[in-house]
Amino acid sequence: MTLPVFEPWNDPEAKPLIEFQNVTKRFGDFTAIDDLTIGIYEREFFALLGPSGCGKTTLMRMLAGFETPTEGKIFLSGQDMAPVPPNKRAVNMMFQSYALFPHLSIWDNIAFGLKREGQSKGEIETRVSDMLRLTRLEKFARRKPHQISGGQRQRVALARSLAKAPKLLLLDEPLGALDKKLRQDTQFELMDIQEKTGTTFVIVTHDQEEAMTVASRVAVMDNGKIIQVATPADIYEAPNSTYVADFIGDVNLIEGTATPTDEDTYALHWREGAEPLTVKTATTFSDGQTAHLAIRPEKVTISAERPEDADNAVQGKILDIAYLGNISTYHVELPSGAVIKAQAANTRRIARRSYTWEDTVWLSWTATAGVLLAD
Amino acid sequence: MRRFALIAIPYLWLLALFLVPFAIVLKISLSDVALARPPYAPQFDWATGIWAFLSDLDFENFVWLTQDDLYWKAYLSSLQIAFFSTLLTLLVGYPMAYGMARAPEEWRATLMMLVILPFWTSFLIRVYAWMGILSNEGFLNQALLWLGVINEPLMILNTNTAVYIGIVYTYLPFMILPIYAALERMDVSLIEAAEDLGCSRLSAFWLVTIPLSKSGIIAGCFLVFIPTLGEFVIPSLLGGSDTLMIGKVLWEEFFSNRDWPVASAVAVVLLLLLIVPIVLFQRNQQKQEEAEP
Repeated sequence: MTLPVFEPWNDPEAKPLIEFQNVTKRFGDFTAIDDLTIGIYEREFFALLGPSGCGKTTLMRMLAGFETPTEGKIFLSGQDMAPVPPNKRAVNMMFQSYALFPHLSIWDNIAFGLKREGQSKGEIETRVSDMLRLTRLEKFARRKPHQISGGQRQRVALARSLAKAPKLLLLDEPLGALDKKLRQDTQFELMDIQEKTGTTFVIVTHDQEEAMTVASRVAVMDNGKIIQVATPADIYEAPNSTYVADFIGDVNLIEGTATPTDEDTYALHWREGAEPLTVKTATTFSDGQTAHLAIRPEKVTISAERPEDADNAVQGKILDIAYLGNISTYHVELPSGAVIKAQAANTRRIARRSYTWEDTVWLSWTATAGVLLAD
Repeated sequence: MRRFALIAIPYLWLLALFLVPFAIVLKISLSDVALARPPYAPQFDWATGIWAFLSDLDFENFVWLTQDDLYWKAYLSSLQIAFFSTLLTLLVGYPMAYGMARAPEEWRATLMMLVILPFWTSFLIRVYAWMGILSNEGFLNQALLWLGVINEPLMILNTNTAVYIGIVYTYLPFMILPIYAALERMDVSLIEAAEDLGCSRLSAFWLVTIPLSKSGIIAGCFLVFIPTLGEFVIPSLLGGSDTLMIGKVLWEEFFSNRDWPVASAVAVVLLLLLIVPIVLFQRNQQKQEEAEP
């Protein structure tokens, strides 16, 4: 049995739920969003990832209606959103500070939006108790926000924003205030709730692990522009620029000049006198073009002897070891002074570690292990 | 021992500056008028002893307060004036506090300064200044006549209107400051959250801003109501002969009639009246402190 793959972005027939068309937002002289065009599909869990000040929060606030684009248009289900005020949009937002009403009980906080819609008492009660069950808050319905823990408050905020069954839910750094362990649990809870309710989620985060965990697609932003939009795996394995490669996870960036040697194969001349590196890539580079090889530390193998069949092998001295428990990252200094990071799983106990500081080791990787990037 | 000393200081303060004076006033209120210095009897005398002294005290003056309708009319009229001027102060003060709390951060200190600034001048001088503004030949009437809004000067000074103007003007900072404190603490994202959940600007204000500034509103109202109830200077300078306020009655009993015992009885009843709002105010403050997360 094959499970249907959820990839509406690859389907030319699919119509996006949200469309940004050449949207620009300026605050005085500062350009927060720069000519941005993007489509987000129904039932997607879409993450906006970037450093602070990259415009991701502005993008989200424009969706909620708290900011209006300076130029360009935003469509929700084909309707231009510019003239629609926040209280008339089928969009709800979960605020970074949670913004729970301190004078209302948990129950009343969740019922707040429903009451504004003028639903009947019975309907409201059913919906609120559904939401309380979904977020496992039944016991706390009568409490005030300051009488519950941070994790519970986060769930109240989620329940409140989901109560009106919005077409689109916006989450602004929703897990920022939680500690690491709770954050990880909550990430899975969020995914679970997203699947159950079938709502489209757009999450803003600066935590790349969080974006990778929850999202169906990740948009990496910088300076008001989207650098790359792709699935978490593609973002990690096939970044389109050194910025994305460097922003997501750990990476070794080796600069050199590319020379085509075979079909899809290039020799990267990276150091005077050093053996050129062999790289396979689908992208075309001209002869002598400057290129960066981006290779993840876990794709670099570390060994005491030169491996026989490796496409690329370099020798160096261990400079530093970062011991993380399950894995160790070895910083290996090459004779030229460059440092390459290699990761290995700690399958043996630490006392029996094979390599230690100052050891001379070989680093090797295959021709397809890394990606060759133009910039 | 040191802890005891620390607790003792506020209690000694209270004893010396509140309880002792109150006991003296209470004693005078139970005495009779006498052509003497001081103008009441009995005086405590070591020769006759404490029992003879106590047996001369009675509640005659309090009974008198219930017999002459001047007093309860004055109390009622004071309550009425205090109530309406508190309401007026709230209506004027809330928008000002709101404007201050929503002003850009760098302006707020200046605005706060402007609210407090009048306190740098003597209260009495400021009330006299209002006499100059409100009198028949005052600035207000001259300005209105010049503008052609009115043909004859308005009679404002020496009426209850002037008293209301004086009270609202004087006590406005007491209303603004607690409301401002409550509004400034408020997270602006709460309003955005309310709008996001379907509120219009106005309903977000009623459903979120007002309830969250409630403690400030209550505190401000009591801070205006309590001193206004016994207010003496404003009604005697700005009010007319028909402005009846208990503070004025109290003054007349003391200084015009030289009837210290009745005046003291008036003061004691005023204090008893004030206990209710003071207790309510204290409870509000306490509740607010408990609600702080």
